[in-house]
Amino acid sequence: MMKPTIKTAFAAVLTAAAVSAAALAPTTAHAAAAGPKPEVQDWTFKGLFGTFDRASVQRGYQVYKEVCAACHSLNLIKFRNLADIGYSEAQVKALAAEYEIEDGPNDDGEMFMRKRTPSDPMPSPFPNAKAAAAANGGKAPPDLSLITKARAQGGDSVIKVSMKHPGGFTIGADYIYALLTGYEEAPDGFEMPPGGSYNKYFPGHVIAMAPPLVEEGVEFSDGTKATVSQMAHDVTMFLAWTAEPELEARKRLGVKVMLFLLALTGMLYALKRKIWSDIH
Amino acid sequence: MSEQQPTSKFMQNGVVKWIEHRMPIFSFIDHSVGSGYPAPKNLNYWWNFGSLAGLALIIMIVSGIVLVMHYTPHTTLAFNSVERIMRDVNGGWLIRYLHMNGASFFFIAVYIHIFRGLYFGSYKYPRELLWIIGVLILLAMMATAFMGYVLPWGQMSYWGATVITNLFSAIPVVGESLVTLLWGGFVVDNPTLNRFFSLHYLLPFVILGLVIMHIWALHTFGSNNPTGVDVKGPQDTIPFHPYFTIKDLYGMGVFMLIFLFFVFFAPNYFGEADNYIPADSLATPPHIVPEWYFLPSYAILRAFTNEFILYWPVSWLMTAKLAGVIAMFGSIILLALIPWLDTSKVRSARYRPVYKWFFWIFVLDWIVLGMVGAHPAEGIWVVLGQVATTYYFAHLLLILPILGVLERPLATPESISASVTQPAE
Repeated sequence: MMKPTIKTAFAAVLTAAAVSAAALAPTTAHAAAAGPKPEVQDWTFKGLFGTFDRASVQRGYQVYKEVCAACHSLNLIKFRNLADIGYSEAQVKALAAEYEIEDGPNDDGEMFMRKRTPSDPMPSPFPNAKAAAAANGGKAPPDLSLITKARAQGGDSVIKVSMKHPGGFTIGADYIYALLTGYEEAPDGFEMPPGGSYNKYFPGHVIAMAPPLVEEGVEFSDGTKATVSQMAHDVTMFLAWTAEPELEARKRLGVKVMLFLLALTGMLYALKRKIWSDIH
Repeated sequence: MSEQQPTSKFMQNGVVKWIEHRMPIFSFIDHSVGSGYPAPKNLNYWWNFGSLAGLALIIMIVSGIVLVMHYTPHTTLAFNSVERIMRDVNGGWLIRYLHMNGASFFFIAVYIHIFRGLYFGSYKYPRELLWIIGVLILLAMMATAFMGYVLPWGQMSYWGATVITNLFSAIPVVGESLVTLLWGGFVVDNPTLNRFFSLHYLLPFVILGLVIMHIWALHTFGSNNPTGVDVKGPQDTIPFHPYFTIKDLYGMGVFMLIFLFFVFFAPNYFGEADNYIPADSLATPPHIVPEWYFLPSYAILRAFTNEFILYWPVSWLMTAKLAGVIAMFGSIILLALIPWLDTSKVRSARYRPVYKWFFWIFVLDWIVLGMVGAHPAEGIWVVLGQVATTYYFAHLLLILPILGVLERPLATPESISASVTQPAE
């Protein structure tokens, strides 16, 4: 009698837990969103063995540098981090040296400008948050370091299911891509405040950021055609990396840990059966 | 090792004998988790969750101590110091994700552990104090988790702290001063972060102390068991070691597989995307929600509006907000009174055909409360939250006392051995 009861109960509670977990998922969505569901993109970093496509993430850096960096900072990224996405030491040095930074005080007690080194952070487009807000109609453009983790469904997740959009596995990167490609003419009768642009994926549809990407807006050195969707894809890949630079190491270690634990747990189970075999 | 029998080779060792004579620590351990602790032979896998909760506590304390080595408790630095842990500290992302997800898995283990106690009547005589200490552990865990969530100083940290600490202002007379004391000022700011950090480091050790008391109380009468029938003699028990040490270890293997799957492959599943935005006192997030393990309590809190039927009887006395705060804390504290609210003499739901149903309805009610807590308080969710809250208190205050009198329990077995016809799971 006992065995089936326990198993049924176990199954019941696990099912209930799964149902409740799924039901809790929409809490991560922005309540005010109500736009169409961002389309699920086939990111190379998804799944158990996901990695960032090096060519794409480097093109994405170029898009950030030539387009986004005019308004958006990337405060958590230092030039040396670029080595993670395939740049050589010399390339990182050269990329850093394109910008200057204030250093000091020197032995004379004076501040001075010098070229950036790999250990320096990426330059910020505005000297401070107030200046950023003043130059952008009162609201500072958000820092982009964590943007894919901080929007919509959050960062990369193997199991994140949005119950609001059944069947969809949307993550923050899908939302960013959708946003960058989601500009269109405002529908008739839509009241657009001055300085706003219509974006079908942005909560409330009025976004202060003018459409940032235009066809052939950048020239990729690898010959890839710079369409809006290509640039949006690449820069989102780059921003997914800046948000979760540990992703590749995490998944590599995770697979090993899972295999180890499976073997260990299997052996513990066998041992449990062996030890308990004399209990009646 | 230490779990050997007192007569074992281990205990014959000179050094061991020298220490044992002066401080009988080896026989103490043996009587706690060794062969000297007789445990009912029919304990099923639901009994694994106590040791799993203990494992989770250890994971939280160890990972937390390492995090403190790198974390900076200051409003201008906290957010970036957590990101520095994620990016620059060796293995920092792993420690931080272990701690973040460890909180969720600690609560999962503890909630299952509590529902197991409710199903098999583990709170009844002579284990009432054991149960009460357990409720205190739950309260301490909730306080610890709440303060820990504030530390990264993201948007949800800040606004969660603001909303929850503001609740105390509903308390008459002392409310405002209490909130000022909690904040260390007149708004949630650096002093708040600093005291939460201090208490977040202290409380886990309070929990550890309570856990030791919990285990002490447990060992006085030993574990309850699925039949709820008292142990009648040695034929009903088996030594804790090796039988339950290996069973607990196997359970820990399964637990770690699930826990680490989340850590490595879905580390932000339980989290809120908004908490990756630095705290901003001028921008309120559109939808402030607590972590999932607070959602049932949050639903009870929000159920108390002026229209709520449970509020009417006290509406002349207090605001709906205060009633909600009392109900929220009361919903946890009331658990401590269950040993007296449940009037049935039979422990295990296995022999209580009606209670068994009410138990599962209560579980369902709790899950519904969790879902209500996750959604904005509008439309159907308001009504559902009020119905589920009413049922929650009805279960504890009406159904449990009345059922014990009216229900006709099935015949309980003579003894554990008599009930066991096959190896216990």
